[in-house]
Amino acid sequence: MILDSKIPEGALAEKWEKHKFNVKLVNPANKRKYDVIVVGTGLAGASAAASLAELGYNVQAFCYQDSPRRAHSIAAQGGINAAKNYQNDGDSVFRLFYDTIKGGDYRAREANVYRLAQVSVDIIDQCVAQGVPFAREYGGLLANRSFGGAQVSRTFYARGQTGQQLLLGAYSALNRQIAYGKVKMYPRTEMLDLVMVDGKARGIITRNMVTGAIEKHSAHAVILATGGYGNVFFLSTNAMGCNATAAWRAHKKGAFFANPCFTQIHPTCIPVSGDYQSKLTLMSESLRNDGRVWVPKTKEMAERLRRNEIRVSDIKEEDRDYFLERKYPAFGNLVPRDVASRNAKLACDEGRGVGTTGLAVFLDFADAIKRDTQAKVAAKYGNLFDMYAKITGENPYETPMRIYPAVHYTMGGLWVDYNLQTTIPGLYATGECNFSDHGANRLGASALMQGLADGYFVIPYTIGDYLAQMPAARVETSHPAFEEAENNVRGMINRLLSINGTKTVDEYHKELGLLMWDYCGMARNAEGLKYAKGKIRELREDFWKNVKVMGVNEEFNQTLEKAGRVADFLELGELMVDDALNRNESCGGHFREEYQTPENEALRDDANYAYVAAWEYTGPNAPSNLHKEDLKFENVKLTQRSYK
Amino acid sequence: MAGNNPNLKPMNLTLKVWRQKNNKAAGALETYKAENISPEMSFLEMLDVVNENLAHKGVDPIAFDHDCREGICGMCSLYINGRAHGPEQGTTTCQLHMRKFNDGDTIVIEPWRANAFPIHKDLSVDRSAFDRIQQAGGYVSVNTGGVPDANAIPIPKSIADKAFDAATCIGCGACVAACKNASAMLFVSAKVSQFAMLPQGKVEAKTRAENMVAQMDIEGFGACSNIGACAAECPVGISLENIAILNREYLGAKLTSQNV
Ligand SMILES: Cc1cc2nc3c(=O)[nH]c(=O)nc-3n(C[C@H](O)[C@H](O)[C@H](O)COP(=O)(O)OP(=O)(O)OC[C@H]3O[C@@H](n4cnc5c(N)ncnc54)[C@H](O)[C@@H]3O)c2cc1C
Ligand code: SF4
Ligand code: FES
Repeated sequence: MILDSKIPEGALAEKWEKHKFNVKLVNPANKRKYDVIVVGTGLAGASAAASLAELGYNVQAFCYQDSPRRAHSIAAQGGINAAKNYQNDGDSVFRLFYDTIKGGDYRAREANVYRLAQVSVDIIDQCVAQGVPFAREYGGLLANRSFGGAQVSRTFYARGQTGQQLLLGAYSALNRQIAYGKVKMYPRTEMLDLVMVDGKARGIITRNMVTGAIEKHSAHAVILATGGYGNVFFLSTNAMGCNATAAWRAHKKGAFFANPCFTQIHPTCIPVSGDYQSKLTLMSESLRNDGRVWVPKTKEMAERLRRNEIRVSDIKEEDRDYFLERKYPAFGNLVPRDVASRNAKLACDEGRGVGTTGLAVFLDFADAIKRDTQAKVAAKYGNLFDMYAKITGENPYETPMRIYPAVHYTMGGLWVDYNLQTTIPGLYATGECNFSDHGANRLGASALMQGLADGYFVIPYTIGDYLAQMPAARVETSHPAFEEAENNVRGMINRLLSINGTKTVDEYHKELGLLMWDYCGMARNAEGLKYAKGKIRELREDFWKNVKVMGVNEEFNQTLEKAGRVADFLELGELMVDDALNRNESCGGHFREEYQTPENEALRDDANYAYVAAWEYTGPNAPSNLHKEDLKFENVKLTQRSYK
Repeated sequence: MAGNNPNLKPMNLTLKVWRQKNNKAAGALETYKAENISPEMSFLEMLDVVNENLAHKGVDPIAFDHDCREGICGMCSLYINGRAHGPEQGTTTCQLHMRKFNDGDTIVIEPWRANAFPIHKDLSVDRSAFDRIQQAGGYVSVNTGGVPDANAIPIPKSIADKAFDAATCIGCGACVAACKNASAMLFVSAKVSQFAMLPQGKVEAKTRAENMVAQMDIEGFGACSNIGACAAECPVGISLENIAILNREYLGAKLTSQNV
């Protein structure tokens, strides 16, 4: 199969306008004859479901939480980018496009990223019209801040709770359509399989998480907006329930999975405190605007600090190494995430880390407090400082925060073309669930932008083009394809429940997570990856022999839910390792130790790896097929990313 | 379960946990030991440890709701020692840490109790009534596209900030659990006043108040008797002032209402 990205002809700036004009339209009176399934109600899903319902389609929406308002988009803190240039500081659609392409280390599609930058401005208008209370200046206009990796102030925010406010906006639009009867909402309902009829996506199989009922849902098209797969690592900044199940099971039905090894490790998270740790908490990147990152200059001093022989305040200014400012004078503490994370790891690998484990660096606000007063610092970051104090029991106004990188975001995901359609006709993927816009590294404040761009402004056009070309006749759920998919789902559930082994689901998940973190995390090498691959296979085999899942399907059974997700992670983990092994270069979040510059920066290989790696599933335990989508850069010049 | 900090002494606790198989079954408090608990654990991590032990013993783990574990999704919902979200002010259950307890403590853990929040299992309840209240009017009626430029209508910072404060409600239901009447007034007022303050929301302010309050009554939440237990237990500090704003909008609506 040849991958066709369906990028429209024409100049970069005109592609989207032209495409919108060229797509086929469904007549307004006919829209009600078409049903669309939207799985996921985060920014990407809720915005799509609401917008499609407004247009007249019948929408069925699904989420695993008890309410659509709780999707993990709610947790985004820092902000959302848009090329409004309200600050008159030289921003433009092209600059946002350029920053995003460069930030992604030239592994994203130009046309998609340009469209993202174009529609970014509409997003802010839409959210304000919904009543989203963005931060404002005294004059009443919207406030902006600069965010990691950008030299202009284009980030819109709502204190440290931007994701919450944007999601509640999308949720309100969704609620309005639920009230109108145009969206049927299924909370606490998990998608467990995709149903295909004549090669097209025509429905899904779900499990009601309260009663265990396995249900069949039919539609003309299916959108997956199910978020990222960072929980492969067990510990991440994702919510406990974030999972890859919907995307993975669609992958097994034929949807290619692109760049699975591109994961983002966020530099500023609260470090692990013990082996009971269940998740990691992000401290927003915006903190790097005022906080200074440092470790002691020498290993000896760091050791004494760890042993509590000296206090932080005993370390003199000249004995502190502000390593980001030292190495990257132009960007300083604001270098992109991949660079900041890798340097924190390097400092700790050199034995200069702090905290009880030595796996932490300082993020210090002393200078900002001296310069701006504590009150001003509190006004900007108060909720983050409070959260830090609650979790660690320390007061960050008095002692520097301790931070360490943690898994945060997955740039990889289902492969989609320009229309956001996967390799399965009628199956679309939006938001973090797809691979499309962030290349090998995502810039801060651009995931919220992408989720809402996809849902409000892209999918309503592109899905119309597909539906306009298909008959309105519905497929009954009595169709054999539905029966077959349902039987698959029941089979897997019964298998999990019948093993009755000795190891818990969490024990397997933690083991997998450690393997992934150690060998497919911030730094990777061929030897380690090969080792991990073998270990993951062993672990998977053992899981299916020895996992302990109690109870029955026909009840509220949280262990059963987790077991299904971990079973999928155990397969996806191996594909991530394969992808990392295949990519013999370093780019963005993918750092292969064999490929680095003399200054330890990522060394890309544009001649051989300027492509999207899209993997095709070929069967259980069988090697996946690699398909390459070559990336063409006509509007930017590929350079070594430099933040010096 | 070991913590990384060797200077902290682990704790042993007794838990009394509400167990109830499903909505129809009778429930009761069961006693469990939580041993070797690090003060650095979160409350939910402590429950994870207990659940792992139960699983190994072949006992059905305790069901409880949670997701983000960072105090923002509103999914966690435990009634701990007689208080919604436990002893620490302004904190969700997931952000509560074990350093707030002492070695040897007995901790009673129950679900939210309200007629409008039926129990699914153990500590997990059905809060879909909250969604239905939002569906009754918790929105500004705009479609996607065709809206004015975001800076077309300036909004004074003080008002935007106040609207934001109201908008931070996480929909957890602690206000209902804390209220002896199981009233949802604080929750409803947060949304009504967020929109009533903003020019975008003003247009529909009165019908919104009316419709959301009507739905609240249909769902079987109790009446508000202005005691303020809700605001005292609200993890994000939604203020009672919002209830005053709701009352104002509601009265205004009733005076001019066409739906009498
Ligand atoms: C702590 C944190 C802070 C962040 N801060 C920022 C920021 O400041 N700026 C920024 O731009 N980005 C930020 N991000 C990234 C950004 O928040 C996410 O990438 C984005 O919100 C993802 O949105 P989504 O709609 O794709 O997925 P989600 O919001 O994760 O939604 C996924 C949806 O899918 C549903 N679902 C999943 N699986 C299933 C299934 N099998 N069946 C049924 N339903 C299912 C879930 O219930 C949920 O409704 C942050 C991320 C984290 C974790
Ligand atoms: S008002 Fe407070 S307590 Fe009530 S639902 Fe909202 S956040 Fe929870
Ligand atoms: S789990 Fe999300 S608020 Fe507690």
